[in-house]
Amino acid sequence: MLSSFLIAVIAMCGLATFLAVLMVIADLTVGNYGEVKITINEETEMTVEGGKPLLSTLMGEKLFIPSACGGRGSCGFCKVKVVSDIGDYVATELPWITEEEKKENIRLSCQIKVKKDLAIQIPEELFNVKEYRTRVERLRDLTYDIKEVTLKLIDPPEIKIRAGQYIQFQTPEYELSSESVYRAYSCSSVPSRKDTVELEIRLVPNGICTTYIFQYMKEGDEVTINGPYGEFYLRDTDAEIVFIAGGSGMAPIKSILLDMAEKGIDRKATYFFGARTTRDLFLVDEMRELEKRLPRFSFVPALSAPTEEDKWTGESGLITEVLDKHLKEGNKVEAYLCGSPGMIDASVGVLTKKGLPEQLIFYDKFA
Amino acid sequence: MTEGLFAFGVFFAAIFTNNILLTNYLGMCSFLAVSKELKTSFGLGMAVVFVMTCTSVINWLLYHYILVPYDIVYLRFIAFIIVIAAFVQLVELVIERLSDALYAALGIFLPLITVNCAILGASLFMVIREYTFLSGLAYGAGSGIGWAIAIIAMAGIRTKLNMRSKVPFGLTGAGITLVIAGIMALAFMGFAGMITIT
Repeated sequence: MLSSFLIAVIAMCGLATFLAVLMVIADLTVGNYGEVKITINEETEMTVEGGKPLLSTLMGEKLFIPSACGGRGSCGFCKVKVVSDIGDYVATELPWITEEEKKENIRLSCQIKVKKDLAIQIPEELFNVKEYRTRVERLRDLTYDIKEVTLKLIDPPEIKIRAGQYIQFQTPEYELSSESVYRAYSCSSVPSRKDTVELEIRLVPNGICTTYIFQYMKEGDEVTINGPYGEFYLRDTDAEIVFIAGGSGMAPIKSILLDMAEKGIDRKATYFFGARTTRDLFLVDEMRELEKRLPRFSFVPALSAPTEEDKWTGESGLITEVLDKHLKEGNKVEAYLCGSPGMIDASVGVLTKKGLPEQLIFYDKFA
Repeated sequence: MTEGLFAFGVFFAAIFTNNILLTNYLGMCSFLAVSKELKTSFGLGMAVVFVMTCTSVINWLLYHYILVPYDIVYLRFIAFIIVIAAFVQLVELVIERLSDALYAALGIFLPLITVNCAILGASLFMVIREYTFLSGLAYGAGSGIGWAIAIIAMAGIRTKLNMRSKVPFGLTGAGITLVIAGIMALAFMGFAGMITIT
């Protein structure tokens, strides 16, 4: 009886081992593309190991293409123009590529593999994106599931950020993840504090990066970030502003407001912040403080499901209903949105219905 | 009947009268999903021929030289599926190396072969019907070719259909494809009198 069990176990293990060895050999021979050369903007050349996706290959060379999803093909940010021939589009790229981009051979760098010499073009300013070693200076609970993380830069000691931009946080290898992954978070700190980056992070159940930040990371730990990235910053006009955010979407808006207060930019601005209950509201005192510093700014928190204990007297209802009530039709405002894709899509719907052209709506979607 | 002749019969039966897709309806998911274009169908069809032939041979050897002697035939499902999975990985690596165009065209569908039930089905039918090595090889290759012919024929029909037919709205996509597959199966049944395999 025992021997038949043993035979079965040994036979299956033997088979699995044999196939695994075969796969390793194939990986080292067929899957080995040797060294390849990448030419960037016709001047910079780098020699890299082939066979990996372009995005992570460039990241290994300390060249950071913006990516919010960390290379899973779900954000569509990491577009680069490939000048040399690299073959047809793969099915996972197509949802993100428009017809015009196809003509220019704009590719999603996380989905294409470096198998031969390549020539690509990227915006010059991406060369300014750097990797920073930082120390966790402070961890503060803003709500039951949102933490404020303050990072003090070690090397390089200063970062130049525009209010509203984001950085990528590198989660090291730890118990739940066998490889280090990158996730994007908006900065909530004021850009003039060049030695500090402050993030507001909401716990994603089973999220690799947020679980690390909430349960493993401690004050004093060293972490690596890279950046800054993003086109989400205040446009230099005199138009009235509408800010719309929910949850950790507070971060870039707070940064923009602090920046406005510091530079004395006096524009009419209304900030609609959506939450479920008072439990999900945070930084209200800071916002009231900003209302004093910015005379034409007002903060409008709205609860979608206030409970009895909340004793809520402010706005209630979904953020879209509150927007619908407050916005005037045909009013030429600039709208800045930050939050979950669902909230953004719904809010953009209300804004366009009110006659706001799409060029005046700016947003950061958290995918 | 000599063994060679029998294997020859099995080969043709697997392609026509006992076509694994059209008579057993195995491997339907990739058949429905990838049969939109001739080029991709041909690529996937060839990959299936290759994988099915190779896995039938390996699984025959595995079955007769390891599973039967050690009396662990009950492990054949898991053993066969591991072999198939490893093989598909290998094919993927090779295709990626050899042809960018084919890799781009098949893209995310290639790993689908791993869970293509036709491939596991072929290996299981082969051992249930107690084929010899030669017949097993013929059956594997024949089933692969039969599957490829079916998907290529379907891609051809669907391409024509897109160009000139007005399909009722409720039937578009998978609906009309299944109706066509049914009619194709009827047509293949016309071959049934010629050869039968058990």
